[in-house]
Amino acid sequence: MTRYVLRRAGQGLFVLWAAFTVAFFVLYLLPSDPAALVASGGGEVSQVDPAQLAALRAEYGLDRPILVQYGDALLGVLTGDFGDSYVSGAPATTLVAQALPETLKLTGAALAVAVAGGTAVAVASVFPRARFLRQALAVLPPLGVALPTFFVGLVLLQWFSFRVPVFPAIGNEGAISLVLPTITLAVPAGAQLAQVLSRSLRGTLGEPYVETAWAKGASRTRVHLAHALRNAAIPAFTVLGVMVGGLLGGAVVTETVFSRVGLGRLTVQSVNQQDAPVVLAIVAFSALVFVVVTLVVDLVYPLLDPRIELRTPRGASRRAAPQRATAVNA
Amino acid sequence: MTGTPVTDAQATDSPAPEAPVLEISGLEVAYRAADGSTRPAVRGVDLRVGAGEVVALVGESGSGKSTTAHAALHLLPRGGTVTAGRLRLDGRDLSDLTAKEWQAVRGRHVGLVPQDPTVSLNPVVRVGDQVAEVLVIHGLARRADARVRAVELLRQAGVDDPAGRARQYPHQLSGGLRQRVLIAIAIAARPRLVVADEPTSALDVTVQRRILDHLDSLVRETGTAVLLITHDLGVAADRADRILVLQDGVIVEEGAATRVLADPQHPYTRRLIAAAPSLASSRLVIGDDRGPTTDVERPEAPSAAEGTASPVLALDRVRKEFALPRGAERRTLVAVDDVSLAVGRGRTYALVGESGSGKSTTARLALRLEHPTAGRVVFRGQDITAARGRELRALRRGFQVVYQSPYASLDPRFTVEQIVAEPLRAYGVGDRAERADRARALIEDVALPADVLRRGPRELSGGQRQRVAIARALALQPDLVVLDEPVSALDVSVQAQILELLVRLQAEHGLAYLFISHDLAVVRQVADQVGVMSRGRLVESGAAEQILLDPQEDYTRELVAAIPGRRAVQRLETA
Repeated sequence: MTRYVLRRAGQGLFVLWAAFTVAFFVLYLLPSDPAALVASGGGEVSQVDPAQLAALRAEYGLDRPILVQYGDALLGVLTGDFGDSYVSGAPATTLVAQALPETLKLTGAALAVAVAGGTAVAVASVFPRARFLRQALAVLPPLGVALPTFFVGLVLLQWFSFRVPVFPAIGNEGAISLVLPTITLAVPAGAQLAQVLSRSLRGTLGEPYVETAWAKGASRTRVHLAHALRNAAIPAFTVLGVMVGGLLGGAVVTETVFSRVGLGRLTVQSVNQQDAPVVLAIVAFSALVFVVVTLVVDLVYPLLDPRIELRTPRGASRRAAPQRATAVNA
Repeated sequence: MTGTPVTDAQATDSPAPEAPVLEISGLEVAYRAADGSTRPAVRGVDLRVGAGEVVALVGESGSGKSTTAHAALHLLPRGGTVTAGRLRLDGRDLSDLTAKEWQAVRGRHVGLVPQDPTVSLNPVVRVGDQVAEVLVIHGLARRADARVRAVELLRQAGVDDPAGRARQYPHQLSGGLRQRVLIAIAIAARPRLVVADEPTSALDVTVQRRILDHLDSLVRETGTAVLLITHDLGVAADRADRILVLQDGVIVEEGAATRVLADPQHPYTRRLIAAAPSLASSRLVIGDDRGPTTDVERPEAPSAAEGTASPVLALDRVRKEFALPRGAERRTLVAVDDVSLAVGRGRTYALVGESGSGKSTTARLALRLEHPTAGRVVFRGQDITAARGRELRALRRGFQVVYQSPYASLDPRFTVEQIVAEPLRAYGVGDRAERADRARALIEDVALPADVLRRGPRELSGGQRQRVAIARALALQPDLVVLDEPVSALDVSVQAQILELLVRLQAEHGLAYLFISHDLAVVRQVADQVGVMSRGRLVESGAAEQILLDPQEDYTRELVAAIPGRRAVQRLETA
């Protein structure tokens, strides 16, 4: 177990490094001059004094060779320093840390709504005795997946802020401002979960052990929830891991539509202004979230399914019967 | 949970003999197909099972036996509906119960032992809790108390160390143990009737025997009625008081087990008895479906030295080890340990053993699909142990294989002609027209109509598919065919036809067979030599009659004794 976690942590570090490196060089290749950005303070690039530009380049170390800059940036990252924003001059990590709580609130709420709603819709699409009801409910998940986030957001705004002003259209004021963005963000995620879960439920309901449960005299509810759902949840759980990452991406659109302060807005801003240090900090943070979430998902798996064992694969163990057979064949 | 006329007193005391526990009359079940049409599966079945009585419902797949059994629990698969008939349990009419009322009957008054123990337990729940669940559902015990009683039930079902096993998950138990858990579930609430749907077909014969013995004694002690569903007349004859033979949803014969077996009235019953490998007692001979063992008519039957003079295939002290994952108790698993055997031209060597005995690995070694850790593989006098690449590929023309499942071993996207001609294409034999001719001849050789050539395997029955697989194996005119459980996935009457075909082809083409099987009853019909494998070792080998009639090793004796139908045959002979 400890071995497993250590190995996975090592792999995670590699993923972080790779994400940072790719992002770094992609940003470097962009045809823009960071010094000009700094000089203009993020606004329109106006005429700047060449001497001033050179001074700025020297100050930010932009006049050095790319590999030296990269090495320097990497060392900085190891100490938690992503450099200062070209635009505001504040440390990139501070900007991310300031934006983070609002986004965490939003994505956390959306995750909860998506899991609860997705599970409810999935169960509802297999549970009713009436065939037409099951079929009608089974249409919902693909529909939810197909709706673009911005569209859902705009429709919600139109109805519940403008026509019937129940919820505020923009801003971060209080829990009530979270309602519409949360729904907007939760719809596609929940639909995706419902789609996988309902398909998986339909599969498990045909399994012989479900018939055993019926033969015990179990009620419809018990058969569906205690037997089928527990087994069907295993593949759906994988989706959950991917979903958390997807929510961060969705936050970009949602926060823009609802003009909310948060990581999504910061991302849009800093990409638009080519504010490399901030973008790099956000990329590294997203990668970290992905790494941690996948690890947590994998660690929780054995709790859901006793057949799964956490094991460090080794060359020797990989050479079990079937693999060996193909090797000889080929 | 409303209105339960069967009380506990009735459940334990035997009722008046004239009131059967289960009475089905005029049962008709139909399945609705996707296009809206209905297909009758059961057409007017009447049956009665008395207290303490075992009644077997025998038939082939599609005969409606499973449908009848499931109708008794009101658990028909999707699309199935009871269109007519009454169902009584201890005199109480259950025909018009609501879904909710059925919940109170299932598990409480009728228990089910399902078909395949490997997939019939919930994989994420401890087995003890799965047994306890029955008691909790029917309000017979609170959760904690139910756990304690579950352990006792597991012990009754013959599970060793029941307290320890109760805390394990299904995947940690063998198939036999899982079936015992399912039996514990079925008997937990002391039901009046147990429906056992092919309860042991998925298990090894010796395990099958122990489990059926155990089920027998359990139900006889408690006076439970048993409806046993089986395709194997041998099992039915061994276990049942009465046998009902079902064909196309109609009961064609019914009577005391010994009577049905000794004096079958209906031609279909006779056909089933003739086909049941467990009831046949001798080797198949060409030109005759089943007669007394006489080797005189067998072509080129060499004398006692057969197979050793110039065997087609010889395994010389082969050994195969597989590396085990780190953390296992041992570094390697010895799958095959010091096995030697020889298969002569035109002869059949049968390798018998239970799952995990190493017989399939031995077959893969013979086919050079595995490389032996030690020992030699000799084919037509040539040592092919080290052969590889181009040389091995050329050698492969000489030995072909037929697998167990004709459903999985044929490419569903190929036509039959493409399947049969594929080996020819692979070895560049002939041109397109010649290959088509050869495919036609091969299909004719395995007694299939020529029009199957254009069809896909999906349109064929299991038996027809296996014939196609055999035709493919013969395409390159091999000397040796390895038959890996070639009839285990087929119905008994189809099994008999395939075995006859194999025997005929062997005589016509002088083929050597390495026949892998767990079923001694099948082996008895085709083998010249038999080797018995257990835990990777060849524990006994020799001429087939000698092994089957006079086994020397305890393990072989146990295998022979476990062949279903033997008890019934002996009962008939002594009567």
